[in-house]
Amino acid sequence: MAGLIEKLGNMDRRIIFVLIALSVIIPISFNLILPNPVGAEPSRDLFEYVDALPEGSNVLVSFDYDPSTMPELQPMAEAIVLHLFKRNANVVGMALWPQGASLGQDAMSHMADSLGKVQYEDWCNLGYKTGGGVMIVRLGSSISAVFPTDKDNVPWSEIPMLRNITDLQSFSLVISLSAGDPGIIAWIMMAGDRFGVPIGCGCTAVSAPQLYTYLQTGQMVGMLGGLKGAADYETLVGIEDGQAVRGMAPQSVAHLVIMLFIVIGNVAYFSQKKKGGAR
Amino acid sequence: MRLIIPLAITFTAGIIMILNYFIPHQPFRLLGDNLQDWYLIVASGAIFLGAANLMHVHFRKIRLKLKNWKYSPVTIIGFLVMFVLGLIYGVVEGKPFDYLFLNMVAPMGATMFSLLAFFVASAAFRAFRASNWRATLLLTSAFLVMLGQVPIGAMIWDKIPLAKVWLMSIPNTAGQRAVMIGAAMGVVATSLRIIFGIERSYLGGAD
Repeated sequence: MAGLIEKLGNMDRRIIFVLIALSVIIPISFNLILPNPVGAEPSRDLFEYVDALPEGSNVLVSFDYDPSTMPELQPMAEAIVLHLFKRNANVVGMALWPQGASLGQDAMSHMADSLGKVQYEDWCNLGYKTGGGVMIVRLGSSISAVFPTDKDNVPWSEIPMLRNITDLQSFSLVISLSAGDPGIIAWIMMAGDRFGVPIGCGCTAVSAPQLYTYLQTGQMVGMLGGLKGAADYETLVGIEDGQAVRGMAPQSVAHLVIMLFIVIGNVAYFSQKKKGGAR
Repeated sequence: MRLIIPLAITFTAGIIMILNYFIPHQPFRLLGDNLQDWYLIVASGAIFLGAANLMHVHFRKIRLKLKNWKYSPVTIIGFLVMFVLGLIYGVVEGKPFDYLFLNMVAPMGATMFSLLAFFVASAAFRAFRASNWRATLLLTSAFLVMLGQVPIGAMIWDKIPLAKVWLMSIPNTAGQRAVMIGAAMGVVATSLRIIFGIERSYLGGAD
């Protein structure tokens, strides 16, 4: 028994890699979907805030991420945009990250097609602009000064839905889908604190702990943290087999496998310690 | 003059932006807007500088046959293909640039990030030990958060997601806030030192 524990404690990391891969591949292959109850979490707060917006509200969605964090943030983007379209909001997209503009375009055009929403009347994508926090402050005085055209070079004056939009205060809500800096913290500090615009966010699971402070102070109306946040929003919006909901089963199994490895590592550690070998 | 002119520009720009924040009226508003526009133009110019530097570094690596130089042609070809396609067809939806971005760049980027899961699992197995009561507390919290972050946690016990939210909202927030307030005070102090010319390292060693 002691020999087995010692062997497990010195497990080759390639075995760990294979088991983690299997823990993801098997639930995906069998299309396993776990029920995803949504409790009193920050994701519900964001959903309820969006749901309470009056029809025709202007909402700015900033796609502040790139392909590396797309598996977590793209399902959020699609669920949020779908919800906004269902609420008949005017959705204006933009990006603080260069690659976010294309990912945002993909999410918005995909959802718009499914609901018959028209570009430039119901939604538009202003694209990427450099500058991070400084650019957000400039949006507070004039958005057309920063974005004289949209992503496809259509002039601001020729986009009907932008006629009643001048600065950040024209928006009822700003949602940043943020993978880092520049991202949600810049939006909170510049758009939220300085111009009083309500802020919501979607972020990667690793950055969620840092952002809980802004929820407690009321600087954010709600937050989607990681794939679970995306799955919560899909559930609340009514997307039954969304990407994030389908991702919950492999993530559940992978978490259990990682926890099992931690337990095995500790059993081996205490076994060695008992023998006086552990450091 | 090499010292005085940059210090004067920094001081003037810094003071204007502080006044613009606390007195958002004319003339400070106009001055602040202009400075912000200048910043956006300079930052946009820096992107071209970055692209030129990327090419310079990789061509040099190939010319001198430095370590891992064989990867450099891949970078250069990838850059040039996207650059030329963007110039010819534009970056609008459905064009070759967009097609390559969504079908090559996006999956490759997602793949790189996904590899983290394997390394996290391996590192947790080797390093996450309940060696004392503090480490045990951390381990217990980690288990609760990992279970609360997936539906299987609620299936095991419906209070686990609540425990996760409590851990994230109370103990985590207390620690995060302490770090953030400390960092923010450091940022304020460093900014004032730069504006008043006490901190000069950004000048690149000129004295």
